[in-house]
Amino acid sequence: MLSKTAFDAQTPTSSAGDALIRCKGLCKSFGELTVVHDLDLAIPAGTCFGLLGPNGAGKSTTLRMILGQSPPSGGVLEVFGKDIRHHGRDIRARTGVVPQADTLDPDFSVIENITIYARYFGLRPGVMRHEIDELLNLVELSDRRHSRVSTLSGGMKRRLTIARALVNDPELLVLDEPTTGLDPQARHLVWALINGLKRSGKTIILTTHYLEEAERLCDNLVLIDHGYVVARGTTKELIATHCEKTVLEIRNTLDPLQKKTIQNAATRLEYSGDTTYAYADDPTALTTAIDRLGLEQVLHRQATLEDVFLRLTGRGIRD
Amino acid sequence: MKRRRQPLVRHQAFAVWQRNFLVWRKLIAPSLVVHFGEPLIYLLGLGYGLGLFIGKMAGMPYLAFLASGFIASSAMNTASFEAMWSVYTRMVPQRTYEALLATPIEVNDIVVGELLWCATKSTIAGCAILIVAVFLGAVSDLSALLSIPLLFVIGFCFAALAMIVTALANGYEFFSYYITLVITPMFILCGVFYPTTTLPEGMQQVIQFLPLTHAVALVRPLVTGQELIAPFQHLLVLIAFGAVGTGLTIILIRRRLII
Repeated sequence: MLSKTAFDAQTPTSSAGDALIRCKGLCKSFGELTVVHDLDLAIPAGTCFGLLGPNGAGKSTTLRMILGQSPPSGGVLEVFGKDIRHHGRDIRARTGVVPQADTLDPDFSVIENITIYARYFGLRPGVMRHEIDELLNLVELSDRRHSRVSTLSGGMKRRLTIARALVNDPELLVLDEPTTGLDPQARHLVWALINGLKRSGKTIILTTHYLEEAERLCDNLVLIDHGYVVARGTTKELIATHCEKTVLEIRNTLDPLQKKTIQNAATRLEYSGDTTYAYADDPTALTTAIDRLGLEQVLHRQATLEDVFLRLTGRGIRD
Repeated sequence: MKRRRQPLVRHQAFAVWQRNFLVWRKLIAPSLVVHFGEPLIYLLGLGYGLGLFIGKMAGMPYLAFLASGFIASSAMNTASFEAMWSVYTRMVPQRTYEALLATPIEVNDIVVGELLWCATKSTIAGCAILIVAVFLGAVSDLSALLSIPLLFVIGFCFAALAMIVTALANGYEFFSYYITLVITPMFILCGVFYPTTTLPEGMQQVIQFLPLTHAVALVRPLVTGQELIAPFQHLLVLIAFGAVGTGLTIILIRRRLII
């Protein structure tokens, strides 16, 4: 086993001393295919950490390794200071998981889903009625406690999954794409829930490909692609390092001459579908050019994580 | 790398059992109709119908012969079906195992919990036939009560074998092979309908390697009050099949899920 000091010397974060999850040179291969390359992470307790990347980037595999559901092919991975290879059970006992797919028990009611899950942790749901009531209140499902899971909406199911993940009062929460497939209202409710949990001191690691979600929730994040870390830092740091300050999205179809004019005024251009993205730190020259060309379908906005994401991982479709 | 030895059964296995029991309890009405209705039809139809022509078989009324065979074969069927269709449903489309593996529960807890549940359900199914048989006057001895714990062992054995198939399955269609090639031949050949001594010599040798032969050899004497012959030998065969099946299932399910 690697000694603790050897770790601290190399981890990038200054607060690595109290990191709740740390991995060093973590690798995962399936036969010839390597899906996680040499991953280094140090996630401090009490923070929300985001794993971002397109589909197939290695996000879920990394989470599975953290939960001891997938043995690493190489490197070191410690959660709560314990080696995942030997302490998977202990680690999961202190962790709450919201999986990407719905894993609720369709034969059970809302409250039964929670009580059965408590038993899996060796807890006695009979003596924790009060705690379970509080969980149902927290996720706003008190009035649906006896409903069958099959009658719940997607947002309710996700909230129930979150309540279920909290039944063992975990120190660490692992959320795999917690809002994928939810409508905007449901998504905001889940965000509010996650922010509340963050404030209550839980350490959270989440994967997402919604950049807005990462900006709202994550203190720190890494952007991974094809199993490699392509960028890391806070949202602000990532935008400052990898992208110009402002973007003009031009929906008009541009003729070569117009394109040339805009290209001269911008730092760089990107194309996606029928939209042209013109980037610049100082947009004055760009706006002047666009006014002169008489283009109307233009959106002027600040750069977001999405621009960083698209710049670093490209615009090609991933399946 | 050093591998830690894990205990085979932990209390978590019981939590898995409990989950399945609670689901069963919710759906108890259709379940009991199947458990009681099916043997009733079989025993009335075949036992009385065929029994009229057959009269006695192996020194007992045909109804008693058939009922005691059915008790064993229904434990086999119930365990096999539960360990294939129901277990596969929980493992794949319903993602119950994914939820379980996010808790301190591990693959061996799941497998043992599932097998204990399949054995429980087999015992329930076997008891249902036993009760029907009592009412039809096919049970003659109190020793029939001893068949109840035996049904649990039989159920565990067949569930462990069937779950190997489930661990390898990529869809429900796959189970047809096991049913057609393993379960049905056992049902026909292992002494449920007629004494195995009527089979050709070579066939009698072959069926000694099939667990249902040993299950029937134990259940029939207990239910009909006849003398048990080599009970520990038969029991040992069932336990051996169960143990090998359990070990293999744990390895295969772990290989399938912990990747």
